[in-house]
Amino acid sequence: MQWETVIGLEVHAQLATKSKIFSGASIAYGAEPNTQACIVDLGFPGVLPVLNEEAVNMALKFGLAVNAEIGERSIFARKNYFYPDLPKGYQISQFELPIVGKGALTIDLDDGVQKVIGITRAHLEEDAGKSLHEDFHGMTGIDLNRAGTPLLEIVSEPDMRSIKEAAAYARKIHQLVVYLGICDGNMQEGSFRVDANLSIRPMGQEALGTRTELKNINSFRFLERALNYELERQIDLVENGGQVVQETRLYDADRDETRSMRSKEEANDYRYFPDPDLLPVEIDPERLDAARQDMPELPDQKRARFESDYNLSADDAGKLTQSRPQADYFEATVEAGADPKMVANWVMVELGGALNKAGLELNNSPVLPTQLGGLLKRIADNTISGKIAKQVFEAIWNGEGDADSVIEARGLKQITDSGAIEAIIDEVIANNPKQVEQFRAGKEKLLGFFVGQVMKATQGKASPGEVNKILLGKLKG
Amino acid sequence: MHKKTIAELGAGLRAGEFSSVELTHHFLQRIERLEGNLNSLVTVTPESALMAAEAADQQIKSGNADPLMGIPILQKDIFCTRGVKTSCGSRMLDNFISPYDATVTERLMQAGAVSLGKANMDEFAMGSSNETSYYGPVKNPWDTARVPGGSSGGSAAAVAARLAVAATGTDTGGSIRQPAALCGITGLKPTYGRVSRFGMIAFASSLDQAGPMTHSAEDAALMLQAMVGFDPKDSTSADEPVPDYIASLDDSLQGLRIGLPKEYFGEGLDPAVSDSVESAIEVYRQLGAEVMEISLPNTGLAVPTYYVVAPAECSSNLSRFDGVRFGCRCENPHDLEDLYKRSRGEGFGPEVKRRIMIGTYALSAGYYDAYYLKAQKTRHLISDDFRNAFEKVDVIMGPTTPTTAFGLGEKMDDPVTMYLNDIYTIATNLAGLPGISLPVAPVNGLPVGLQIIGNYFAEAKLLNVAHRFQRESEWHRQMPIGFD
Repeated sequence: MQWETVIGLEVHAQLATKSKIFSGASIAYGAEPNTQACIVDLGFPGVLPVLNEEAVNMALKFGLAVNAEIGERSIFARKNYFYPDLPKGYQISQFELPIVGKGALTIDLDDGVQKVIGITRAHLEEDAGKSLHEDFHGMTGIDLNRAGTPLLEIVSEPDMRSIKEAAAYARKIHQLVVYLGICDGNMQEGSFRVDANLSIRPMGQEALGTRTELKNINSFRFLERALNYELERQIDLVENGGQVVQETRLYDADRDETRSMRSKEEANDYRYFPDPDLLPVEIDPERLDAARQDMPELPDQKRARFESDYNLSADDAGKLTQSRPQADYFEATVEAGADPKMVANWVMVELGGALNKAGLELNNSPVLPTQLGGLLKRIADNTISGKIAKQVFEAIWNGEGDADSVIEARGLKQITDSGAIEAIIDEVIANNPKQVEQFRAGKEKLLGFFVGQVMKATQGKASPGEVNKILLGKLKG
Repeated sequence: MHKKTIAELGAGLRAGEFSSVELTHHFLQRIERLEGNLNSLVTVTPESALMAAEAADQQIKSGNADPLMGIPILQKDIFCTRGVKTSCGSRMLDNFISPYDATVTERLMQAGAVSLGKANMDEFAMGSSNETSYYGPVKNPWDTARVPGGSSGGSAAAVAARLAVAATGTDTGGSIRQPAALCGITGLKPTYGRVSRFGMIAFASSLDQAGPMTHSAEDAALMLQAMVGFDPKDSTSADEPVPDYIASLDDSLQGLRIGLPKEYFGEGLDPAVSDSVESAIEVYRQLGAEVMEISLPNTGLAVPTYYVVAPAECSSNLSRFDGVRFGCRCENPHDLEDLYKRSRGEGFGPEVKRRIMIGTYALSAGYYDAYYLKAQKTRHLISDDFRNAFEKVDVIMGPTTPTTAFGLGEKMDDPVTMYLNDIYTIATNLAGLPGISLPVAPVNGLPVGLQIIGNYFAEAKLLNVAHRFQRESEWHRQMPIGFD
């Protein structure tokens, strides 16, 4: 039997606000347990939530970025369930009238094909705290630092038909929220979490199969692995006469498997109802306009602009705009006067490689865009060769100053004086009579040998173009 | 001294006739002597009261003429008070010392009021007789075999017995006005949002509202002035201008249009109470008011609507009492479920449990539309009734309660009869309107309350209308025998 995979994703993006969604406590990661939880986060008797408007603005930006319907009013609701790390016994979330309604996102697949994935909704909610089951001698410790951290839950339609599509969608959402500056995207710290719903159906069937929900996925790699495991599990199950049960399954990265957490029957009745402590959020046209004004250029727009403005290939433009820091770095380097194509190469290959090797992020690059731009200008104006440039780059990286001072200090300036080059070439020809003879007898491959000798004699500083020209003249002459 | 109002005591303090320390001592002594008969207080704080009184005396000496400066009051034990037990009348919070002050508390203390302690109340404000308190029932000073009403029964009884000049209360379905009526004092429930709810332990968030419980409308105006105003910590608090409540107290009532809802004078109303209310209305006629019958056709929906909305909200509001971070926690829980079940089972009393059950049911999948959603719709109908009425009249008048105070234990076995005691007060909470209860002619020695309902943010009008009656009558000056 041919099976079709159907996947929908729920992404929880932690919003990059300064304080919590309903209190003034900080949301910084990694503080001592319970030091970033005020009485509101602790759910003390009598306390009340006050909405952080910045969280709303961030959600609006996301909504605009996916061309979503944004209603004039949005309502917070209580999701009621008991858990020790949920201080109030309910989570303030949204049920009816979420802040962001129906939208869509276009994903790019490997073969250059694009596909539109529907976004059902995105709503604001508060995060719960953490239960710590180790180190408490059979008891459970509760850390409420995370309680009240603002989340945007982005729910997709079940529009993905392969694990590759699901991964591409997840990456695209990640790229988008980071671009928008509304999420730091750090999956390790849980700032970006993905839950996946997967079901299978016989190819050609319209009705959806029974889905399972996979939780606890904290990297893109694990997303693909978890989906792979679950897809095989479901196919195995059904092909052996079993039935998929609607349930929540936990992904265990250590064992690379999914395990049942709770079935539909055990699921809570969350008793959603509008939170009477919070007024409906009114989104007037002015507010939406303000959010629109505040929108950065989005990845797809940027890519298109890079292609047209800088004459880059679609592939290079796509890679450069993968992350906003990289795109910004590229533009700043071009701004410094360097040739865009050369910049694209250097940013992706030389700089990218060096950063990778050093384990650094672009933000912490020891080579600044102005310095890289300065270097590339010297290649363009023939002051140095591409080969020497790598040496200069390394020196800049090591803090020896910008390109011009390194070239000056190390005496790396290219020899373009044809008289000087000629003298050296004459010497090389004189010293290698055998090779000259062979060359003249038709072994033209040997040109490389002569160029190498000249370069060696000039420590690479001779202009390769000039060397080639003069050498050929002399050898053939 | 205890026979005086805030206005009179304030004048005495500023004139140097007595000090706030003397005044505070006087009330503390009365509490010591008389409180045993009433059980109206959960906590008395003599030391901090005397310290606050001393500070107030200093202020008065240096010329501070704030009307509440040095005035001894009580706070309903639903308001969080820093460093003081805040029990909400429940075993659940018997060990809870609040780390912060409610906005109402903070504002009253800033105004110079001296807190003598915390008043008893129905558990989590759920009750109409003050019999659901973990600390035992409060008794009505007019007849200690009878209830004081609830849930602000401790506040009402203590003010009626002159254990303090004034007290704070909260009103979710009548919890200020009904006990004020049964204890013969003046109680005002402001417009929803007029007073901050921050630090007031939530029962039903969309209905709860704090207000003053005093001897006179003038005192209520003085207290309210200090309590109201927008609070950035409460998103539902109203960012509306605050009028001068004293300035308009004596305004003429010539031409005031009073509506009497026929539904408030029908079956179930004690004829003697009705007569008493009618005679008060006669006073208004003489003051130049124009009285007309009106109809609030959806009055019958108020109690059933309330008993869906309030329990639904309370079932969620009370989830935080789980034995994890504060309050009652059972001994040696063997797992999480045991911790929840026993902590909540031991911490909550029967009425609270009943309402949590009702509310949980009303919000459950499959029942939500039939109960919660329908109640929201009927709530709109009730609001519309008032909106239509206020197109014709300036204020609405009627009895606060259908009868005078009933006997202790009389209605405890029959929750529905108990709930019907709030039949005239509940609708205003559902609509979010302000209402005041003031004492009119008693029946068989028991107080009767006249309720005046006003339009949104018409507190000044209500106080003016109540004050003009009190200028013509002495009912608010009457004192229960044994407490004079």
